[in-house]
Amino acid sequence: MGKTFAEKILALKSGKGSVIAGEIVTVSPDIVMSHDNTAAIAKKFNQIGIDKVKHPEKIVIPLDHCVPAATEKYATNHKEIREFIQEQKIENFYDINTGVCHQVLPEKGYVLPGTLILGADSHTTTYGAFGAFSTGIGRSEVASIWATDEIWLRVPETIKINIKGEIPPGIYPKDIILHIIGDLGADGALYRAVEFSGKVIRDMDIGGRMTLCNMAVEMGAKIGYVEPDEKTIQWLTARTNKKYEIIKSDTDAEYEKIIDYDISSLEPQIACPHTVDNVKPVSEVAGTKINQALIGTCTNGRIEDLKITSEILRGKKISNGVRLLVFPASMEVFARAMELGILQELVKSGAVIMNPGCGPCLGAHEGALAPGEVCLSTANRNFKGRMGCKEAEVYLASPATVAISSLYGEITDIRGDLK
Amino acid sequence: MIIKGKVWKFKDNIDTDVIIPARYLNTSDPKELALHCMEDYDPKFVKKMDQGDIIVAGKNFGCGSSREHAPIALKAAGVSCIIAKSFARIFFRNAINIGLPIFESEEVVEQCLPGDLLEVDTVEGIIKNLTKNKVYQTNPLPPFIQKIISLGGLREYVQEELKRREKDV
Repeated sequence: MGKTFAEKILALKSGKGSVIAGEIVTVSPDIVMSHDNTAAIAKKFNQIGIDKVKHPEKIVIPLDHCVPAATEKYATNHKEIREFIQEQKIENFYDINTGVCHQVLPEKGYVLPGTLILGADSHTTTYGAFGAFSTGIGRSEVASIWATDEIWLRVPETIKINIKGEIPPGIYPKDIILHIIGDLGADGALYRAVEFSGKVIRDMDIGGRMTLCNMAVEMGAKIGYVEPDEKTIQWLTARTNKKYEIIKSDTDAEYEKIIDYDISSLEPQIACPHTVDNVKPVSEVAGTKINQALIGTCTNGRIEDLKITSEILRGKKISNGVRLLVFPASMEVFARAMELGILQELVKSGAVIMNPGCGPCLGAHEGALAPGEVCLSTANRNFKGRMGCKEAEVYLASPATVAISSLYGEITDIRGDLK
Repeated sequence: MIIKGKVWKFKDNIDTDVIIPARYLNTSDPKELALHCMEDYDPKFVKKMDQGDIIVAGKNFGCGSSREHAPIALKAAGVSCIIAKSFARIFFRNAINIGLPIFESEEVVEQCLPGDLLEVDTVEGIIKNLTKNKVYQTNPLPPFIQKIISLGGLREYVQEELKRREKDV
């Protein structure tokens, strides 16, 4: 019997010849990521009683969660991080002018096929879009990796998801992943590795694959994974000349489950309050009034997403009473969107262009909601209180659905305007 | 370790934003975090519960963000142990890493009621419902994970490991 990607890469990284799902292994990661939580991790590290991190070159730290700092407390936190990276000679530091960690790491060439990446952030699953094994861990664990260069991981069972059919007009990768999460549930892939495959994935651009892997954690998955192909190699060639080895599941690998989806007749999908798996087709929630529309975050703030948004808004004005906030996921995306004239067009339509960062996704600043308000967002979470107010409601959708809805002031079926 | 406490029941998919809302994440002080634990779910939970009480929950407890604040807030509020049908994986790791014992058991969750008195043997994985006079055998955690919990968390474990390795060298 062959091996899955998860089994093969964890065998390699643990130095064992072969491992099977369910086994617990000790591994040494290639990259360890933390963001604004680095100061808290540094305190935990100092409590261990060691002076220096073992491998400063493996540590990558972008600031993104609350940038620029909203209050004195956040500013002090950033200051402590800047001091720590100086002390520890950590060179891979990206200050507030860079972008969201999950966009920045691939852009800067840290994410390579066949690497093991751990991050103090649940959406670290994103890097599976490049064939890396990447997942979120806690702060104490990051501190302990800094000290020992080791961590234990359980080898996950693998679920393979085959996506077939032709993508209908108005349907985007976000709709596909919301549909899958709605179908399988918030714990549908708990502790599992999820491999996305099939013709739809092969045809999908890198940005779309990142959206799928980013949200794999919303069904409990340990990792998302897409087998690297020509598109992956091309994307990486433009950003890094580091060597890497592609690791793929064997053709006769043992999967726990193989699930097929045909998306040929999929409607735009909406995750309704207050869970990500509360997913409904747009026809069931169209007409819901919105106060705020958000384009951005590590799920959908890429150039592809901004292009779609500007194509829908071009020459039109957003509805009175709607606030449209646009957060490019990184400064690279921001600059490209400027070059293409996208940001200028969005401003003409009434959008507020914000600096790259997590923005209001986790309710810290820059567009928090008031009681009774509704936000339609391209983010990945809609939990109660997520955007700063427990009496507000957050709906999740594709950038196209968010853009069209901002024109009408209510949740709208994009397909009506395509005809 | 033997833990004894009464049951507080929670539904499926209790997420980390409910356990400790992001608006309180600008502090790492366990006592301050404890004050807001579960506040968006039941604002009086922390006041009503007693030290040592046990949370019994449905599927996917602790889903959502990787924040370690979630198990820290629960432990600091006085929760002694969590028994759920299943846990979200990062919460599972975080609970171990801060020294909060956790167990998975469908049976215990389905058969106990709020207020029941439970006794948990963390080493053997035996859970007794003293109110209903029932005994359940759950899968005990692997010994090295039990060691992390009993030492108080990952930091203490790593300190011990590093000392041990120094001696070996």
